[in-house]
Amino acid sequence: METGLDFQVIWDNLAHFMVGRYPAGPIGGLLLTMYLAVVSCVLSFFGGLIMGLMCVSRSSIIRYPTLAVVNAIRGIPLLMVIFWMYFLLPWIMKRPTPESWTVIMALTIFTSAYMSQIVQAGIEGIPRGQREAALSTGLRHGQAMVFIILPQALRNMIPSFVNQFVSLIKDTSLAFIVGVSELTHVATQVNNRTMIYPTEIFAFIAVIYFILCFAFTELSRWLERRLAWRKSI
Amino acid sequence: MFAYRFDWSVVLTGQYHEWLVSGLKVTIHLSLISIVLAFLLGLLIAVMRMSQVAPIRWVAHGYLEFFRNTPLLVQIFFWYFGSYKILPQAVNEWLYRQDFEFASAVIALTIYTSAFIAEDIRSGVRSIPKEQMEVARSSGFSYIRAMQYIILPQAVRITIPPLISQFLNLMKNSSLAMTIGVAELTYQARQVESYTFKGFEAFTAATLVYLILSIVITALVTLYDKRVLNPMGMK
Repeated sequence: METGLDFQVIWDNLAHFMVGRYPAGPIGGLLLTMYLAVVSCVLSFFGGLIMGLMCVSRSSIIRYPTLAVVNAIRGIPLLMVIFWMYFLLPWIMKRPTPESWTVIMALTIFTSAYMSQIVQAGIEGIPRGQREAALSTGLRHGQAMVFIILPQALRNMIPSFVNQFVSLIKDTSLAFIVGVSELTHVATQVNNRTMIYPTEIFAFIAVIYFILCFAFTELSRWLERRLAWRKSI
Repeated sequence: MFAYRFDWSVVLTGQYHEWLVSGLKVTIHLSLISIVLAFLLGLLIAVMRMSQVAPIRWVAHGYLEFFRNTPLLVQIFFWYFGSYKILPQAVNEWLYRQDFEFASAVIALTIYTSAFIAEDIRSGVRSIPKEQMEVARSSGFSYIRAMQYIILPQAVRITIPPLISQFLNLMKNSSLAMTIGVAELTYQARQVESYTFKGFEAFTAATLVYLILSIVITALVTLYDKRVLNPMGMK
């Protein structure tokens, strides 16, 4: 019976956990996790912004279908979205797509739906008087949105965006399922190779994810306090 | 160009239909067990988080932060592959006599969800006016009894809508149990796909089932808000 934990396996494979087979091969591990999270975050910021604006559009022909799509995406598991992309992307692009792009597209579509809710709430949180004042000074609706409402709303949304980024970091672990060699996938590989250290390996990557996500969660809280303070003066 | 012939009969009748239905049953079974356990554990953590004894508060806080900021998939792998080294021998033997995949998924989903539920309960408790606790204490209730009889019953009532949302998240998250071989809905959809190559049909069916479950659960929240929390339709 095995007693006690032996973390030597972590130090032996540390480079593998951090950067995968890079520089001999493609990047992987924690570096790929961050790459997936950052690229998906930037893309879903714009996706969420566009969808959020469509959700508050004055035209019901735009608003209702967008709301339906957003709610449908929020109603299914991310894993389903990943499988859909896995089947649909090669068919839409008419050629094989790299797995990392399958995952980035799935994460982007999934996260955009959640981001759009943040954008919607942010826009609705700006006092109505702001828009009325903008319109009465002669701005058109679009101008009032771009120059008056969005700049204020976006600043209020920053903490929520950071929280969404934390979810995104956690969600990149699902890339494991289509064989993208990010941190979780590397962990299962090392586990399959070494066989007898699963506790040490999965505890270690849990701590890595925790440090990363906790740092951003704290950043989000700090930003929130700062925003509240700025508003109070 | 891919030539693809749709064949919906694959998922609507016969053996593969049975697979999907059994997957749905496992999804519901897994979600229901986990949500009940997660609620009880979440309640305990929430009470610990508000304890007047600082070390108990710190333990609960650490628990919350750690399990909320770690991917569920990693937690599932930890319990499935790695828990045997840290659990007592007797617990391991008991777990191995159960359906071990299912048990690991229940443990991971319960712990992960309980961390979110504890925060929901805590904000529910914070919305109860402080005077309630003071009155309860001054009429002779101990801290625990005041929580039990005065504060928590009211807080849980307010917390029910976020709890139902957590149940929705839990149901969606239960799809990750497929990675350790629990034959729930997503797992079965993938099985049907690899046996019949009818991936579009299988995943459409599974997606629709998830959607219907979500719509039903969301409708419950709306109904509860209207009927119980705000029956007069006041703003």
